[in-house]
Amino acid sequence: MLVADQLIKDFGSFRAVDGVSFTLERGEVLGFLGPNGAGKTTTMRMLAGGLEPDGGQAAIAGFDCSTARLEAQARLGYLPEGAPSYPAMTPRGFVMFGLRARGFTGGALCRATDLALERANLGEMASQPIGTLSKGYKRRAALAAAIAHDPAVLILDEPTDGLDPNQKDGVRQLIRDMAPEKAIIISTHILEEVPAVCSRAIVIDRGRILFDGTPNALAASGPDDTVEGAFRALTAASTGKGVAA
Amino acid sequence: MIHTLHAVYRRELTAYFQTPLAYVFLAVFAFCAPAFAFHIGRFFDTNRADLAPMFDYLPWLFVVLMPALAMRAWAEERDRGTLEFLMALPIPLWASTGGKFLAAWTMAAIALGLTFPMWIAVNYLGAPDNAAIATGYLGAWLMAGAYLAVGQALSATTSNQVVAFVLGTGAAFLLTMAGLPFVLSALGENAPALLSEFVAGLSALEHYSAFRHGVIGLPNLVYFAGLIVTALTVAGVLIAERRGGGR
Repeated sequence: MLVADQLIKDFGSFRAVDGVSFTLERGEVLGFLGPNGAGKTTTMRMLAGGLEPDGGQAAIAGFDCSTARLEAQARLGYLPEGAPSYPAMTPRGFVMFGLRARGFTGGALCRATDLALERANLGEMASQPIGTLSKGYKRRAALAAAIAHDPAVLILDEPTDGLDPNQKDGVRQLIRDMAPEKAIIISTHILEEVPAVCSRAIVIDRGRILFDGTPNALAASGPDDTVEGAFRALTAASTGKGVAA
Repeated sequence: MIHTLHAVYRRELTAYFQTPLAYVFLAVFAFCAPAFAFHIGRFFDTNRADLAPMFDYLPWLFVVLMPALAMRAWAEERDRGTLEFLMALPIPLWASTGGKFLAAWTMAAIALGLTFPMWIAVNYLGAPDNAAIATGYLGAWLMAGAYLAVGQALSATTSNQVVAFVLGTGAAFLLTMAGLPFVLSALGENAPALLSEFVAGLSALEHYSAFRHGVIGLPNLVYFAGLIVTALTVAGVLIAERRGGGR
């Protein structure tokens, strides 16, 4: 469903992504983990067609993200980092814009909009200008736009950032509900989300994959059988520092 | 793929009216266009039933107001981070640039439409050549479109709307001034004729002049269409280049 094959991205002399490869099948939820500046967002941008890789290839549902970008993007739902949206638009208008750009019209447009707003739990806020909403509601508006067209592949960059505990639970449940029918990547700094939501985890640092396996295997690879311990050990070793006590 | 163009056009046009920008722009235009005609163009003193006093000064209004419409096109998307959202949608770049341009050009058409009291006035006061007036409006709309397209291309170079506005105003000013006699004389008497002709050929004012006199000339149509297509292509190339980020 999703293929990243030896992806490379340079910013000037800095190599942000250095030969990242993995595949993702329907039914998998991949937790994409790494410290700040590890290359997570850059990798996700290349998968979403927003950045051209300097080397390697990415494909969604068999369509190359560079040479068949529009076909690949038609099958993708993407929540960018920071959940950017248009402040003067309402969540309903924002979702409808994305759907219209994907060819939805008439009754299908209204049904898909209502369903997405309901699944993102926007309630009465769906008709308020996004600029007046709290950070949590803004993120949910962007999430609604990402899932509205029922894409085969979802890439969510920090989907629970800024949400309160109840909202986080809601988003995690939504991801679990969608998981059987989709291939989903979520990047997160909240490591407790990994065993709660993900069927697989990748740890990346300095643009390279350090670990690729199940959350249980990730936890077992650490010094204290926790995902957090394993994450710290892997990334500390990558940067050449000792593991923090 | 026309649905993508329509989606962008609809969003952009709605966005103008979701902020004070559309209302301020239309109010300023509706006030200034007749004000220029009456006070600077001396509308009544000409004793002619036509809109020449208004058409004469529209280009100078466009120099300031069209970049104000175009400045947000890409600079705002970059500043707010929504460019990443937009680029992740299955929208070809021609539809993004075209949709944004057509929405701004629609605003220009609405603004020109708001000068209809002037047209009613000259028809009430005399028997104007309405075909010539319509041609003048067409020329003004094309000129506005050219400035909007150039403004959009310059908006793609920055994430700061003020910078985009200043660049757009400067470019529109140069395009307007290029053919004026004092600019050509400033090139010097010894300037090659080819250079003088080239600079004069760049002049939007020169090409607009024919429309203003009721003449639709093919070279003038080609000039404005060419300028619009070229500027929008440049905007598309600049945005496409951002996909390569860092290379």
